[in-house]
Amino acid sequence: MKNVTDRHRQDSWDVEGGGSLAVSPDEIREPLFEGTPGLRDVTETVSGVVEGKPTKLWYATITLTSGLAAWGILTILYTVVTGIGVWGNNQPIGWAWDITNFVFWIGIGHAGTLISAILFLFRQKWRTAINRAAEAMTIFAVICALIFPIIHTGRPWVAVYWLLPLPNQMEMWVNFRSPLLWDVFAVSTYFTVSAMFWYVGLVPDMATLRNRAKNVFVKRIWTFVSLGWTGANRHWHRYEKAYLILAGISTPLVLSVHTIVSFDFAVSVIPGWHTTIFPPYFVAGAIFSGFGMVLTLMILARKLLNLEQFITRKHIENMNKVLMATGLMVGYAYGMEFFIAWYSGNPYERFVFINRAFGPYSWAYWTMVTCNVFIPQLFWFKNIRRNLIITWVISIFVNIGMWFERFVIIATSLHRDFLPSSWGYFIPTWVDVSIFAGTVGLFLTLFLLFAKYIPVLAISEVKGILPGSQPSHTHH
Amino acid sequence: MKKTAGVTGLFHDPDQVLKAAAEIRRAGYRKFDFHTPYPLHGLDDAMGVKRTVLPWISLGAGIVGAAVATHLQWWTGAVDYPLVIGGKPLFAFEPSIPIIFELTVLFCAIATVVGMFALNGLPRWFSKWQDDPHFVRSMDDAFVVTVDADDAQYDAGKTRTLLESLGAEQVREVEYEDQ
Repeated sequence: MKNVTDRHRQDSWDVEGGGSLAVSPDEIREPLFEGTPGLRDVTETVSGVVEGKPTKLWYATITLTSGLAAWGILTILYTVVTGIGVWGNNQPIGWAWDITNFVFWIGIGHAGTLISAILFLFRQKWRTAINRAAEAMTIFAVICALIFPIIHTGRPWVAVYWLLPLPNQMEMWVNFRSPLLWDVFAVSTYFTVSAMFWYVGLVPDMATLRNRAKNVFVKRIWTFVSLGWTGANRHWHRYEKAYLILAGISTPLVLSVHTIVSFDFAVSVIPGWHTTIFPPYFVAGAIFSGFGMVLTLMILARKLLNLEQFITRKHIENMNKVLMATGLMVGYAYGMEFFIAWYSGNPYERFVFINRAFGPYSWAYWTMVTCNVFIPQLFWFKNIRRNLIITWVISIFVNIGMWFERFVIIATSLHRDFLPSSWGYFIPTWVDVSIFAGTVGLFLTLFLLFAKYIPVLAISEVKGILPGSQPSHTHH
Repeated sequence: MKKTAGVTGLFHDPDQVLKAAAEIRRAGYRKFDFHTPYPLHGLDDAMGVKRTVLPWISLGAGIVGAAVATHLQWWTGAVDYPLVIGGKPLFAFEPSIPIIFELTVLFCAIATVVGMFALNGLPRWFSKWQDDPHFVRSMDDAFVVTVDADDAQYDAGKTRTLLESLGAEQVREVEYEDQ
């Protein structure tokens, strides 16, 4: 029995070979860095990426992704000029890939603020290595998401009267009792706050780049955008307070955004949508898909930008744990939806869920379940959580699975209406596919620009958690 | 015309910075600061930095945001153009909550960011210390102390001696070009 207790203690302290309890957990916990980087190493590694010349691989990739984005923009123009009849949307499937893609991209945008706000409040130090890139992904994903509700209106040039509180030609206002309008406020607030949060974090790092810049023109740019940051402690005092307040208000904000997105469905009367589980289920799914995307891109970025010293297997493992936890929540929601459909005794509710799993869209449903519920179970094994290649492959499955989740929720709930005379099936057209591919291209293009021209790690935050960087008496 | 900015010096040890901050303050200096690449825990207390009023600005803006959102939804729906939709009341709190929440957060966030920079006197693209090599290093790997020449206690010789006695390296007086 003694061995078991000892082992248990060792595991909970996350150490190999045991340790006395007199040592503080920080000292025996697995380090967040490989080796012992100094303050200057952080500056050099991160600034080196920005100051160096882009590689051939970077040029090749961005050519491809921006080409894809350009194709997407052309097909959007084609849609706007011709009308949304060029999409596969039909009766009864009035919402199809447009809203699927919107919810998918908004979901991707949830990891960044979770990492920068919620993990900040929980004092999770490992967040500093990934928060900058994750926040960037948030902003880019929300940009991609915003495209869809605007173009799905069909006439985006008058959408301003339907989306914003501006009286139209009949002096009528928008309908504040509609969840679609709540969504406009939620998403635009989320975008604004995330962008400001990101910028505030960037200011000290841009000041570092300003101080290093040799080229007069480049120096002028960094000077301008860093707002004259001097690193004075009296400034840091207010800066840290502002960061804490932003984290505090972003925490309920990030939870509210996908809650309100889920209201678009839950407040309706459509069987399969009208469920109270939607808000937490959507939020868990959003975090799940966001971490999936962060892993997909960061595993590549840490390799290509030589950030292995700062983004270690420990970081990947922690993200995989979040992925698994939220994946289990999503799996629970899938199961609970079926239970409630049966328990409600409502035949329409029951039909929707049986039809979802075994009807014409069962292929989509089981793709979703496989990607989101079955495959992430591999993360129960520690050596899989720490295996970069397997993690990367699983993260791709998560991205695919979460896209299908939104498609399943939207298409399967709509395609067999209350009367069999209004049953249908959705098949995407080449325009649907092109616009979605275009947003993927746009997202990757923006990320590549970010990875090259903006500090990919939060320099000042990483410095603040290096071993020995803080005064010893404040060390708890 | 050249003017004296003050005296500056370098530190490398965070513990020394805290000790030095307390000593400089005890010596009666008020216009001094430490330029650091990241915030040092405990330095605010050592320097005697007063708590910022920023949280009150954020709170005020949040309340304004909530009031604006409530007024906007009530006035447009129940006063300016009353329109019954789905037999629902013209104004009720329950469906107004999401937008009240979002605008509270939005106003609060904008005020926090704008307020933080404004209280810091930023943006200001000029600093008396900007051309000093110490200052340049302060955003890299050193903790730089600066004592302003317009502090009441300032005396080039005495201030230098004080900083040197506290362990500062390469202590020197800095001049800047006054336009």
